[in-house]
Amino acid sequence: MPAVASQTRLLSGWGRTTRSRAAVVHPRAADEVSAALAAAGPRGVLARGLGRAYGDAAQNAGGRVLVMTGLQGVRTFDAGSGEVTVEAGTSLEALARVTMSRGWFPAVVPGTRFVTVGGAIAADIHGKNHHRDGGFGRHVRALTLLAPGGECHRLLPGSDAFAATVGGMGLTGVIVDATLQLVRLPSGLLREQVTRAEQLGELLERMAADDDDHRYSVAWVDAAAGGLGRGLLLRGDHAAAGEAATLRPARLRAPRRAPGRLLGQPTVRIFNALWLRRSRPGTHVRLTPLAAFFWPLDGVRGWNRLYGERGLIQYQCVVPDGAEPVLRRILATGRRTGIVSPLVVLKRLGDGEGPLAFAMRGWTLALDFRAAAPGLDRLLDGFDDWVADAGGRVYLAKDARLRPAALRAMYPRLDEWRATRERLDPLGAMRSDLQRRLELA
Amino acid sequence: MTDGLARPQTVVAFGGNSDIARALILRLVANGTRHVALAVRDPQRAPALPGAGARVDVLAFDADAADTHSAVVAEAAKRLGDLDLAVVAFGLLGDQERAERDPAAAAALARTNVVGGISLLVALARHMRAQGHGAIVVLSSVAAERPRRSNFAYGATKAGLDAFAQGLGDALAPEGVHVLVVRPGFVRTKMTAGLEPAPLATDADAVARVIEGGLRRRAATVWAPPALRWVFVAVRHLPRPLFRRLGL
Repeated sequence: MPAVASQTRLLSGWGRTTRSRAAVVHPRAADEVSAALAAAGPRGVLARGLGRAYGDAAQNAGGRVLVMTGLQGVRTFDAGSGEVTVEAGTSLEALARVTMSRGWFPAVVPGTRFVTVGGAIAADIHGKNHHRDGGFGRHVRALTLLAPGGECHRLLPGSDAFAATVGGMGLTGVIVDATLQLVRLPSGLLREQVTRAEQLGELLERMAADDDDHRYSVAWVDAAAGGLGRGLLLRGDHAAAGEAATLRPARLRAPRRAPGRLLGQPTVRIFNALWLRRSRPGTHVRLTPLAAFFWPLDGVRGWNRLYGERGLIQYQCVVPDGAEPVLRRILATGRRTGIVSPLVVLKRLGDGEGPLAFAMRGWTLALDFRAAAPGLDRLLDGFDDWVADAGGRVYLAKDARLRPAALRAMYPRLDEWRATRERLDPLGAMRSDLQRRLELA
Repeated sequence: MTDGLARPQTVVAFGGNSDIARALILRLVANGTRHVALAVRDPQRAPALPGAGARVDVLAFDADAADTHSAVVAEAAKRLGDLDLAVVAFGLLGDQERAERDPAAAAALARTNVVGGISLLVALARHMRAQGHGAIVVLSSVAAERPRRSNFAYGATKAGLDAFAQGLGDALAPEGVHVLVVRPGFVRTKMTAGLEPAPLATDADAVARVIEGGLRRRAATVWAPPALRWVFVAVRHLPRPLFRRLGL
């Protein structure tokens, strides 16, 4: 086996609120992953992609972290069927670059294209089409998992091991490649329908009524505004033909250091008001380039630094249908306590799969907070109680502050997941800071 | 594991009977800390933590026995798992009068506060380096800022501990370990019972609040109350003749 050099580095998540030191290894091939797994010490090992998890999911304090971006590239691509086999460290950006010109697109993309395929599977990421197409994992036809004991598993949908690995937060082993089913891309444009709503009730009603008529749907809610839930509903469907698919490069770069106050309440209010004002009342339809529709935040590189030195906490939860009052309560309480996030994203989700799945049929809400905001800890603990009581969950790929007891209440199939994980990793070598904090395994 | 809002899950306090350490622990437990270890000289006589909703272990700890410090840290880690937060809260106030005249008394004060403190810090640092994360709160004193006529024996020991802790904080920052040096003024506690309170006197809970804030900000130094920082900027720069005349 090849020897792998490691380098000690301080790692943190995208929210920059957690940090820990690990021995970082950059494997370039599967055999180097095996070698690094075999050399794992008492504090275990974990794979990391492009570091877009907001909290501590891709950190392993005092242990080893395999940065997977060296395992990169499309291995096989069938432009007839849209089936592609890629190395796990390939970013969705790189994958889309290869497949778009041939008329194919990843079936699920999150709000940034800078995530790896391995990370997308481990967090079972969702996009604006979850209500129709499910999560990233639903489009994985097969994946190769290296278990810490040295076994190489080819996992197929339907098996326990596959179900525990999709959304398994990297704790069942290291994903080294995956075969994905892509979707047809008729053009580089989306037919985008923009509807302005003045009330949360109006938004919810519309989304419940005809979300299923559109492939993509998301609402941006202005939590700082007077009327609760003023917002924009953005619906998208691939436009039939037209200009060739292109990806636009990032246009702006956020300043390296920014005072956290920049996103204080007045700024937030002005920003949201301007942004909403840009849209006309009522509904209108426009053609939008794909990148601008899917990845608005990629337009500003390093936007996470705008939240200041102490970083940002994103709270993303899902509640089942019928628990709409919880959404209202979270928005109203957030506003009353003066901790307002500039961007509140509201979306419908479909059913989740797998024992550690985040998704469930219902509503997901994502709020950004400055971590420095006083009283934030108690506020979010309160949200956890309401969400758990409603039968909902907090998304682990975004989380940096959930408690073990809340996790147990939200993820009733935790023990089932633990049993499968124990079979794949009997010695418990796969570890992360998230796993330690939440006593996941 | 400490979370993204700086809430530790485990805490070990050396000098576990210290009023400040206990006030801090009560606040942390109310905010989610689930397992606490109190390292004290005499485990039989450690008073319980009333109302603490966490598991509490008591360990034997002798600040003067530097050669046992690594073993005590290892024992704490055996009980708690990861050491998210360590509080170094032991120390003697000593008797200024005696320490000025009795070499043995001066040496005993230095042995506990400086030698014991530094030895424990190094043991903790070694453990947290390997662990890849953690925070250490070091209780120094405003007395460390400038030795004063009335308590320089104590002040000198705190100055030694304070200086070491600050340097250690710089060394450990790239290792993911946060060292917070706390400089309280006059705190109404067991240690100061019977003494005349100084201006800007505070209590243990107020100091604990300041420490919590410092942990969240990843501050290197905090003062309690915070206004003392500016008072001591002035005190430190007073010309010697004036300083002597003031007889602080």
